[in-house]
Amino acid sequence: MPSSEGAVKALSLGFTTAYLSLIVVLPIAALVWASRANGVSSFWSVATAPEALAALKLSLGAAAVVAGLNAVLGTITAWVLVRDEFRGKQLVNAVIDLPFALPTIVAGLTLMALYGPSSPVGIDIAFTRTAIVAALLFVTLPFVVRTVQPVLLELSPEAEEAARSLGAGELRVFRSIVLPNILPGILSGVALAFARAVGEIGALVLISGNLPFRTEVASVFVFTHIESGDQAGAAAVAVVMLAISFAVLLVIGGVRFLATRHERA
Amino acid sequence: MSISVRSVSKRFDDFQALDDVSVEVASGSLTALLGPSGSGKSTLLRIVAGLEQPDTGEILLAGEDATTVTPQRRGVGFVFQHYAAFKHMTVRNNIAFGLKIRKWPSSDVRARVDELLELVQLHGFGDRYPAQLSGGQRQRMALARALAPQPKVLLLDEPFGALDARVRSELRVWLRRLHDETHTTTVFVTHDQEEAMDVADRVVVMNEGRVEQVDAPRVLYDVPANEFVMGFVGQASRFGDGWVRPHDLEVVPEPGEGTREGQVLRVVHLGFEVRAELVGDDGGPFAVQLTRDQAEELELEQGQIVYVRPNRTRAFA
Amino acid sequence: MHRYVLRFTALGYLLVVLLAPLSMVFWRAFDDGAGHLWRSLSDPNTVHALKITLLITAIAVPLNTLFGVICALAIVRQRFPGAGIVNALVDLPLALSPVVVGLSLFLLFGRTGWFGPWFDDHGIQILFALPSMVIATIFVSLPFVAREVVPTLREIGDEQEQAAHTLGAGPWATFWRITLPSIRWAVIYGVVLTTARCLGEYGAVAVVSGHIEGQTETATLRVQDAYENFDLPGAYGISLVLAVLSVAVLVGITLLKPKEAR
Repeated sequence: MPSSEGAVKALSLGFTTAYLSLIVVLPIAALVWASRANGVSSFWSVATAPEALAALKLSLGAAAVVAGLNAVLGTITAWVLVRDEFRGKQLVNAVIDLPFALPTIVAGLTLMALYGPSSPVGIDIAFTRTAIVAALLFVTLPFVVRTVQPVLLELSPEAEEAARSLGAGELRVFRSIVLPNILPGILSGVALAFARAVGEIGALVLISGNLPFRTEVASVFVFTHIESGDQAGAAAVAVVMLAISFAVLLVIGGVRFLATRHERA
Repeated sequence: MSISVRSVSKRFDDFQALDDVSVEVASGSLTALLGPSGSGKSTLLRIVAGLEQPDTGEILLAGEDATTVTPQRRGVGFVFQHYAAFKHMTVRNNIAFGLKIRKWPSSDVRARVDELLELVQLHGFGDRYPAQLSGGQRQRMALARALAPQPKVLLLDEPFGALDARVRSELRVWLRRLHDETHTTTVFVTHDQEEAMDVADRVVVMNEGRVEQVDAPRVLYDVPANEFVMGFVGQASRFGDGWVRPHDLEVVPEPGEGTREGQVLRVVHLGFEVRAELVGDDGGPFAVQLTRDQAEELELEQGQIVYVRPNRTRAFA
Repeated sequence: MHRYVLRFTALGYLLVVLLAPLSMVFWRAFDDGAGHLWRSLSDPNTVHALKITLLITAIAVPLNTLFGVICALAIVRQRFPGAGIVNALVDLPLALSPVVVGLSLFLLFGRTGWFGPWFDDHGIQILFALPSMVIATIFVSLPFVAREVVPTLREIGDEQEQAAHTLGAGPWATFWRITLPSIRWAVIYGVVLTTARCLGEYGAVAVVSGHIEGQTETATLRVQDAYENFDLPGAYGISLVLAVLSVAVLVGITLLKPKEAR
């Protein structure tokens, strides 16, 4: 029995590493390798070329704005879904996952229909930075809501009751008791939303218009430069985006670590 | 500060938690709300604190109607069964919380927190986090926290329920002593009759949302108002038409006037006391309590036929 | 009072950001009438694109499900050095732009890539053909089953499995009769999320497929293609199909979501 169990464990570990290596590690390694093909300084100058830099700045800026908006609006939404009662709440809760289910290109198309040249509400923001933010708000909507909800659900109401009995008003209760406990949830949701916003392509490809220096985001930059044969330029910016993704994963791991520090003796 | 509960009722969905409950708590007293689960005692306590609202009835604190006053304004200290510690704050900041709300100057806050840390014997633990404390320490912190803003009433909801037996009895003694020193009106909820009898001046016995009896512990034991109180507050067996306590049954080897026959099913030696479980000639079980010497004299053993005579029984209409 | 402010804010936000765009799909698809919609949906290229999408999904989902379960078991039940790295790699597709994924594959299998020449010599086409599209989709939809199963496995603990061992069950029997049933709903939920991701994949596949009409177009690529060729009804038509599929997926998500998150 023990030896077959050992064999099974070795097999499953082997399968896991092989699959991950083939699907994830090799392609990423190829990317990093290709980007340094002409040397590090060449990579650096390509990555910081004016158009590339502008695209990266726009992506980071838009992602930051969207992450910030999500932090506030997502928390409010999670609060309402957990603490409030109203008819149709279940339906509203279900709808939150829509951006996870709907293809991003369809989202982009509908945003174009809603806020583009033939807008039924007369708002035409196509090919503007506002449109980028609007599209990113759609695709990142679930993240903070879904990371904060379980934390709110788990909060025992007693700590808040204790605070009230000690004289704290509602706002103070939220600030001193609730917020510190849901902060890790908010932060990991924000990190995920940020990463998603930086990398988003499908929802932006139609509505952003890809005007270099104006509405060209990093993901679209990479896309168009592959199509035009500029592999070096595309690879350079892609590696920067890869680094950002890893950084975000580190932040999420760090948040998780910090969140449990009060529980370690 | 005195507490007056007048005709309070509370319903949760289709469960009637409290049914027209009225209780008076004298200022400076130490009162226990005693009852089984579901008796409504915690609900009543929370209504007094303002953490729940009654459907009907009123709460008066020091003679003033406080029914619609928020918990923030009632000046009531509350201690929860599972501590409700502010996990992300140090012990010191937990205790200081109520004072910071009231905007005490920080030197006063520090002094008061130090005073309380001494009082609850947590001196030196001020900078630890609740997760680093034992259950008993956490509850002492919770007590200090509730006491810090000098509340006029202290309410405790099964405060020792989550602790192990030895810590529980230590804290019981400690609570009694604290009350004797501070004379704050204190009400605590418990399902443990021994705890209620041990600590409180007066006990409110509750069952299924109603008050069964309110009296000093001794009176409850000796003069219970009904079957429920008799059985809940101490051991009692059915005996004929009434009820009798195990230590009120005299065991004699020979039948005589007023005796009944019983067969010993089991003899349990609990140190100094001996408890015997018997079954009567009518098939009904009952328990008898004797001293070790008495049991030895009778040579009490399983299967033996003995005769018991009650010294006092109680019958209820 | 502030309860209503919060509720109004949240609902208003959701209405504007989510529901307004969604309703546009349904509205615009029927703009030129149902007949026109049907015609554009029966366009052979469109039908082919939908088939390709379903084919890729049918390959990627089972593979990632198998991986997800095995990987989760390895992470939770075994102590091995590098578990943290494995965890990070599994999470990477969630944080990484699909375009970067596409480019990586492009570089790996391209003419100057590490594997490109080998496949070229053997006459197997990876890029601009189905294989690269499948690999790309597997990459981006990799995490979901694993991420759902890992916490469930952790929560369940291995006591049941230990009990099974003492009763004589070998590894396979234990897995099949004890472990798998206990993670069943997590797996199904993960499968639903994976499917949604496969159906909606755009960026990575756009890079590696060369979107050759009638051959290497998925439904999502077709939407873009139709839009850029000013075939709006066509674009909305396919979008409608995809939207209907995604609402079905959404229902699946809602019904299967682990109770704690409801």
